[in-house]
Amino acid sequence: MFERIKNLVIKEFIYYFREKRTIFFLLATPLIQIILFGYVATMDVNNISTALYDLDRSSESRELVRRLESSGYFTITRMPASPEEIRDLIDKGDVLCAIQINRGFGKDIQRGTPTEVQVIVDGTDSNTALIAMSYINTIIGKYSMDMTGGVVNANIWRLDLRNRVWYNPDLKSRNYMVPGVIALIVMLTCLLLTSMSVVREREVGTMEQLMVTPIRPLELILGKTIPAAIIGYFDMALVTFFGVFWFSVPIHGAVMLLVLCTGAYLLSVLGFGLLISTISKTQQQAMTATFFFFQPVILLSGFATPIETMPEVFQYITYLSPLRYFLVIVRGIFLKGVGIDILWPQILALLALGTTILTASVFRFKKRLA
Amino acid sequence: MKLLRVKAIMKKEFIQIWRDPLSLAMAFIMPVILLFIYGYAITFDIDKIPTVVFDMDKSSLSREFVNQFHESGYFRVNSYVDNYKAIDPYLDAGRARVAVVIPEDFSKNVHKGCNVKIEVLIDGGDSNTATIAQGYAIAIAEGFSQRFRGSRVTPFIDSRSRVWYNNELKSRNFIIPGLIAIIMAVIIALLIALTIAREWDRGTMEQLISTPVKTPELIIGKLIPYFLIGFADTILTILMSTLLFNVPLRGSVILLLGLSGIFLFGGLSFGMLMSIVGKTQLAASQAALLTSFLPAFLLSGFIFSISNMPKPLQIVTYFIPARYFVTILKGIFLKGSTLKILWLEALLLTLFAVLVFIAANRKFRKRIE
Repeated sequence: MFERIKNLVIKEFIYYFREKRTIFFLLATPLIQIILFGYVATMDVNNISTALYDLDRSSESRELVRRLESSGYFTITRMPASPEEIRDLIDKGDVLCAIQINRGFGKDIQRGTPTEVQVIVDGTDSNTALIAMSYINTIIGKYSMDMTGGVVNANIWRLDLRNRVWYNPDLKSRNYMVPGVIALIVMLTCLLLTSMSVVREREVGTMEQLMVTPIRPLELILGKTIPAAIIGYFDMALVTFFGVFWFSVPIHGAVMLLVLCTGAYLLSVLGFGLLISTISKTQQQAMTATFFFFQPVILLSGFATPIETMPEVFQYITYLSPLRYFLVIVRGIFLKGVGIDILWPQILALLALGTTILTASVFRFKKRLA
Repeated sequence: MKLLRVKAIMKKEFIQIWRDPLSLAMAFIMPVILLFIYGYAITFDIDKIPTVVFDMDKSSLSREFVNQFHESGYFRVNSYVDNYKAIDPYLDAGRARVAVVIPEDFSKNVHKGCNVKIEVLIDGGDSNTATIAQGYAIAIAEGFSQRFRGSRVTPFIDSRSRVWYNNELKSRNFIIPGLIAIIMAVIIALLIALTIAREWDRGTMEQLISTPVKTPELIIGKLIPYFLIGFADTILTILMSTLLFNVPLRGSVILLLGLSGIFLFGGLSFGMLMSIVGKTQLAASQAALLTSFLPAFLLSGFIFSISNMPKPLQIVTYFIPARYFVTILKGIFLKGSTLKILWLEALLLTLFAVLVFIAANRKFRKRIE
């Protein structure tokens, strides 16, 4: 039995390595994805292009602008000459944010009378807008405190909030994204490889040749899934290596645990791949179906947005997604350095989900062969 | 060029599409599912952040303070602990993302009028949520302390913020217009990329070659059916976004449809080019996914803002038509932009479409090698 499986695995690898294009696809696709996601998929808000309309031109207003710029969050790119021009700049999307300092700002501060600063934010991208507003308020608030010194503070009771950020103290979204992308790439590669490799035999007509050999259905399944799993592991090592050494994403937890959990994750991924292969007749259908399945799974896994912000119905659906559990595991191991004592519910869920799907698809697969 | 031959190819392609109902169904179900997920499930708005509270004071005042967090809607206080150590497992396992620690002398100090230090621990893993949670926590504490200052003191420098275009700051309004570009890119990648490669794969290309049909006729005849499907998808998504999700459509519908048509034509020509170059179905579909879906998703400014990318990647985005189309979509939907503002984007989109169409015509060789 092992002899036959070994032969099938070798046959599969010969197919992958025969054509340069396939090797390119297996190597380049994960790398391109990790580079793109690593560089692009940040929600960090920096260098917000800002228009400054300073009517005051006093040393006070210049100081405020200096503080905004040196924070690193805002870059003054335009100096409009009129309110109409502000409108125009924001309409065109040249700036995301405009700050208007009215005449008398500096005088008011010297005299100690309350004054104001106008801020206009383009709300199209609600997320950036929210963050930009909170940065501006913090900076202006700090400036205002410094200007008043201790004079006004004496009889005011203040709540002092001490924020501490855990796990990712610099709040770099890359550290959060890259582990997720690893989970994503492993899934996409394995799904495509399993589903297409089975359908290919059927489309080209070599399935019949396989069936006249003494190979049993279960051996055929193993022969098709083992190569996919090996390549999946290889992709994961490649991408993890890249993430750690190129993007300097820290791994705080045990690498061994990551390797073991990936195995549990692959169970359900390969199961879904087999399932797709049983419903499609051509490679195009396999490809479309993979994509069709893959999209909702990513979106409903907590990859980009937290699960708890979803409506309840969708939250229940996420329990069916293997990615949901694996994301908690990879992020836990990478960022929090947690161990099996915390991750056991996710691991159990992955094992249960994996066995169920794999059994179901093996059953369906055998029925289709018969 | 003869209209009759274009019509014949078109008819043949329609029949072929019709024979693969699975793929056709996906062309219409995919946009609906994606819209539903993006419209209902995916939101970048942050609320109901699970919060754990360690209240050492246990006074009515501290309870009121915690209540402020809960009532704001941004935080959902779901558990209380009674020692410091007990907070860790909540944050470690992700059962809470924020922990609020209230010191013993909270109410005493408030009544005395002294400063009070509240500790807020935030799970920074998801940096985005963390930044926003931080801002909310500060605002709530600020509001609470203001209520207790004897006389209300107006802040010394008041920053008057106004938000334009999307005043409620709903992320749905920002995502859905851009999503139309993504949906079109997916449809293009999945449907048209295989149309020429399939003929080569199955050997039917030889039959086509032996007919008097000319290259432009073949390409136009193959484009039209997919254009119609893509256009129907566009109308479907526009209708769903405005009627179902109430995304405001402030600009001109005619302009929107016209520019969508140009984008679709360019995208389809590009998919066709991939199909001609790729030759086998597997290679063509990979190439189409890598060159049309991924860039449209990541490099168009759909979710991730272009100004945040490293410079070399920012330059790359100029070569991606989806970048211009996403700007156009967001402009027409949210800002009510007219052609006067969007002319450059529209021009570049048209230029891309024409160039790619010419390239597809030139690359196609009507002969057997």
